[in-house]
Amino acid sequence: MAKALISIKDVHKEFKVEKGANVNALNGVSLDIEKNEFICVVGPSGCGKTTLLNIIAGLETYDSGAVTMHGETIVGPAPERGVIFQQYALFPWMTVRKNIEYGLKFIRKTEEVESTDASGKKVKTTKQRPYTKEEKHQLADHYIKMVNLTGFENSYPKALSGGMKQRVAIARGYALNPEVLLMDEPFGALDAQTRAQLQEDLLKTWEKEKKTVFFITHDVDEAVLLASRVVIMSARPGQIKEIVNIDLPYPRTQATKMEDSFIRYKNYVWDTVYKMYLEIPK
Amino acid sequence: MQQEQNKTKARKLKDFSDGSKRYRYTLMIVSIIGGFMLWALITMIPTINTFLASPKQVYGALISESLADGRYFKDISISLQRVLVGFGLAFICSIPVAFLMGWYPTVRNLVEPWIQFLRTIPPIALIPLVILAMGLGEPPKYTIIFVAAFLVMVVTIYQGVKEVDKTLIRAAYTFGASDKDLFFDIVIPASFPYILVGARLGMAASLTTLIAAELTGTTFGLGARIQGAQQFMDTSIVLLGIITIGIIGFVLDKILLLIEKKLTTWK
Repeated sequence: MAKALISIKDVHKEFKVEKGANVNALNGVSLDIEKNEFICVVGPSGCGKTTLLNIIAGLETYDSGAVTMHGETIVGPAPERGVIFQQYALFPWMTVRKNIEYGLKFIRKTEEVESTDASGKKVKTTKQRPYTKEEKHQLADHYIKMVNLTGFENSYPKALSGGMKQRVAIARGYALNPEVLLMDEPFGALDAQTRAQLQEDLLKTWEKEKKTVFFITHDVDEAVLLASRVVIMSARPGQIKEIVNIDLPYPRTQATKMEDSFIRYKNYVWDTVYKMYLEIPK
Repeated sequence: MQQEQNKTKARKLKDFSDGSKRYRYTLMIVSIIGGFMLWALITMIPTINTFLASPKQVYGALISESLADGRYFKDISISLQRVLVGFGLAFICSIPVAFLMGWYPTVRNLVEPWIQFLRTIPPIALIPLVILAMGLGEPPKYTIIFVAAFLVMVVTIYQGVKEVDKTLIRAAYTFGASDKDLFFDIVIPASFPYILVGARLGMAASLTTLIAAELTGTTFGLGARIQGAQQFMDTSIVLLGIITIGIIGFVLDKILLLIEKKLTTWK
């Protein structure tokens, strides 16, 4: 078995409720996330998809099981796992540029340095150093351009629309160069047109920058359009019900949604999710 | 035809707007002039004039009190000094206390019951005790004002620290921020607006308490002046003192509001 980038093994998580029964958020969830994959997780609310994302992010603990990245247990948040939140989570007192540059303060740039050792031989060693001001500036410029926000560098988040805010959040996520991007319903609060455009932009960026993406959504259309694998989760208890490989070639665009094969996948995922939804006692 | 259309004019619906700028300013001027006229009119009634001086009398008091042998500016400067010292000390002390309470649950749980309890006591009630402890000089005035402003500011700023958007904290953690980074980079700027709101509330509390603190055990200051003039039935000076306090409060609040606007353009 090839070693997965992130490996989740038999993870259990219960939320303690003061009155009434405890909520079984995750009940034996196992999933391997391969490098450069685009995984979408769908499922009814309460299926624990956000909990799963938070556990991978290191923002939440779990009761039992194992979650590893590169074989090492995840013990807390780290810049190698970038998170993009539905509520954007931009710092309102920072401009667009400052929001993107802020996280760079915590990561180091790896550089090759050539030096001569005692015996007079030239050796190459890698050195880590903080980003300089200019480098931060350039990186911010690059990612602002990537998300089409040139001209808004010095705007505060309050002056931006929801779609623009989420673009800033995505640029911020990419600027830190994480190995995996964890996206928690990032387009959930946006209108249909903005959403469609951001989906295409995200696909383009993913094809260009080849990052592993773990994307949560409740929108089956969105999941099938973006994902190479769709993970369907069931609620109460939160479990993985099925994993569907989406064998549609990239690059995909909104036009992909018209294709018969897309519609077949979509109907299949939708049926599965909806049947589960009907089974949940309400 | 034209007339018919005019007849079916759209109904004006209540929208709770303030109206145009011109409309607002016109009404403000009308309100001020009208208020003064009403004041002048009712003080023409002799029975009312015995306890309420007319605008002309107050103006006369302003002139005589401002003269070289008057004490108007001395009263103002002494009162201002008391407010600024008491408020300033409270401001400096309330910020660290509020942040410690917001940051450390231990501090919060130890301190909060006392803050909440003391908050319900009007600081004026402490005056006798403070005078017994500190005598009649300036320190007891500073202390009373300090207590009043401090409690208001601690509660406001502490609420702000506690209510920092948790998503922002999670975001900072995912970047790799340490707890120290989190405190200085996120918690402090995020609670900044609350510090400014707290300062305005604290300033209002300082002024309220100032007058009470000056009613006993002092000869100078606006509160003392009002009290003294009352004993001589000099209602023009009483009213002058009251109006002066109102203006000082208004100006100080506007200054803080301006600082708030300047420092939180991002809001």
